[in-house]
Amino acid sequence: MTEVDETIDPNAPRVGLFVTCIADLYRPNVGFAALYLLEEAGCRVDVPLGQTCCGQPAWNSGDQDSACIVAKTVIKSFEPYPYIVAPSGSCSGMIRIHYPKLFATDSKWRARAEAVAGRCYELTSFLTDVLGVDAVSARYEGSVTYHDSCSGLREMGVREQPRRLLKSVDGLELRELDERDACCGFGGAFSVKYPDISGRLVSDKCVDIASTQADTVLGGDLGCLLNIAGRLRREGKHTRVFHIAEVLADMADLPGVGEDDTS
Amino acid sequence: MKVTTQQFREEARKALGDEILQRALAKAKPGFINKRKKAVDALPEFDALRADARAITEHTLAHLDYYLERFEANVVANGGVVHWARTADEANQIILGICEAAGAHSVIKGKSMIAEEMALNESLEGAGLEVVETDLGEYIIQLAEEHPSHIIAPAAHKTREQITELFYKHHRQYGKTERQTEPKALVDEARSVLRDKFLNADVGITGANFLVAESGANVLVTNEGNGDLTSTLPRVHIVTAAIDKVIPDLEDLSTLLRVLARSATGQEMSSYTTLYNGPRRPGDLDGPEEYHVVLLDNGRSALLGSEFHEMLRCIRCGACLNHCPVYGAIGGHAYGWVYPGPMGAVLTSLMLGTDEAPDLANACSLNGRCNEVCPLRIPLPRMLRDLRAVQFHKGGRGVRGKFALQVWVFFASRPNLYHASTSLMVKVWRRLAGKRGVSTFAPFAGGWTAHRDLPVPEGKTFIQRWKRERGRTQ
Repeated sequence: MTEVDETIDPNAPRVGLFVTCIADLYRPNVGFAALYLLEEAGCRVDVPLGQTCCGQPAWNSGDQDSACIVAKTVIKSFEPYPYIVAPSGSCSGMIRIHYPKLFATDSKWRARAEAVAGRCYELTSFLTDVLGVDAVSARYEGSVTYHDSCSGLREMGVREQPRRLLKSVDGLELRELDERDACCGFGGAFSVKYPDISGRLVSDKCVDIASTQADTVLGGDLGCLLNIAGRLRREGKHTRVFHIAEVLADMADLPGVGEDDTS
Repeated sequence: MKVTTQQFREEARKALGDEILQRALAKAKPGFINKRKKAVDALPEFDALRADARAITEHTLAHLDYYLERFEANVVANGGVVHWARTADEANQIILGICEAAGAHSVIKGKSMIAEEMALNESLEGAGLEVVETDLGEYIIQLAEEHPSHIIAPAAHKTREQITELFYKHHRQYGKTERQTEPKALVDEARSVLRDKFLNADVGITGANFLVAESGANVLVTNEGNGDLTSTLPRVHIVTAAIDKVIPDLEDLSTLLRVLARSATGQEMSSYTTLYNGPRRPGDLDGPEEYHVVLLDNGRSALLGSEFHEMLRCIRCGACLNHCPVYGAIGGHAYGWVYPGPMGAVLTSLMLGTDEAPDLANACSLNGRCNEVCPLRIPLPRMLRDLRAVQFHKGGRGVRGKFALQVWVFFASRPNLYHASTSLMVKVWRRLAGKRGVSTFAPFAGGWTAHRDLPVPEGKTFIQRWKRERGRTQ
């Protein structure tokens, strides 16, 4: 367990940050941005080191046993926390919606999974719906469009929360996509197993992005953003790509996803 | 029909490169989506109706034997005959028998997906009967010698230019020698050709949207009126229906009709909704002399009570197809059998087996939009995932993925080892990439880089930086 930091209000909400394996690997800045936003909102945040991945790759491949093994490591690491927050609709959806199903026939683990599931939130939803944050202090000069991830939208009910927060960012103009409900074609292993279909979906998404003439794409799920950024770069486009947490935390001062380091 | 589910990947690739098909799909998709949205937004109680519709179908499925027998008793009381078929072959034999007994030479058909499932046209034509489709979309694809690519818009894959050419080629024999290019002129020409077919047919075959147990009625919804001509003009009317079409009563029918048309075409009601109650009665001026209902199981009863039971709630509105990004990209034919899109991916995997259709459950990003728009809230993504589990446990194709998963689980369930390995991996990766933000190849994931670059990691993992910057451990 964590040692108590005397400088922090003991009544502050205690949050276990689930960084997500993609942010851990690809873009730690997203994790630090989430950490900053949560601490600014008055939370005590820990990063349990027992975390790896939520187990979704196995679950979506039909390998329930493997998904259970990985889920148990997550459950053990996060059960001490009153709140579990992830900068991802997909990973938080896995924990909140799917963990209880994983252990449908194991009553002991099901109870533990349900307890963790019920306390798991997507970052922007946690900030607005639970903590009541409706503004951040950040500045981003430019026009942005926002890509709703499917699991955020349909599993976690994340739609207006990120937009409410983006409204408070100085200098930022939000230009909505024509097809806000359309999948970008990521779908985890789907993007590798069915590259032609996935490639078509992401190129359609990039057409929609281009038609907004926004200079930046934001999203709440790094999986979608790697997909979109990868396609934009392949097309030679210069539209910038950031995770919404990076902009909200005023931490979008590094190369965007897939951008060369020109420093 | 020829089953091509094994060639899904190849067919999908062909479809993606087919410019004419892509033009047709691009035109059809927004129409369906916007019309449905408008209709649903205009009806505040739509979600409550969906819940009712779901309850009605679940109740019926729980008492399916009772309602089917009740339906049969009422059809018989109305002067009709009910035939029970376990398989498509049995159903085809029954229909051939009816046609033969009636001395039939020509058959006209309304749109029926069950008839497609049975490959009824091939069966009838094989016995020397002339078969003419009377639904405009079905008629078009019959001329083109194709199969439906959409369950409610069978010719959704055809462009107007293609239809002009088809009619020009096939209607010359009826003295229609001009190329018609306007939709109204095309429809008028088809109507005039079909009129003679209607008047001269011996047998009319239609499908059923619902079967009402309390009255024995067969309910058909169409927008062209062809169903009514098909069922009333010939001497014999045969209805083909799956056993999951039965519902208890007319109250239930009104609920289901309200969600069906809105979900399908965005209409409040389809142009024609007809309840057929049997053969011509004494004193009736028209109607068939014989009325038959062929009830087909074809594996459906085996789904009752299984984890795929909810698939039997489907009312074939097509909303899941219209909102599916994969269907929108490749169209219906690539799926390789009768039913395309999300409902087709589930149903085909169940009816033909996952060995015969190994890709259908997997070629989905699990975005969940089908479930969101399904009027019966059928958990299609959950069932696709369950089908993947069935495949995973069976082994066979996808074994390579299985090994990769085992390696991944080994690391992902050992946090210290995992963090050490990922730290090393991103370090090497970053060094190889230099200052570039993306790589154009990906080891073990070549599919990714076929159509997009792969962003390169920042250089250190979050956990590495966290340990260094915060110095906390737990």
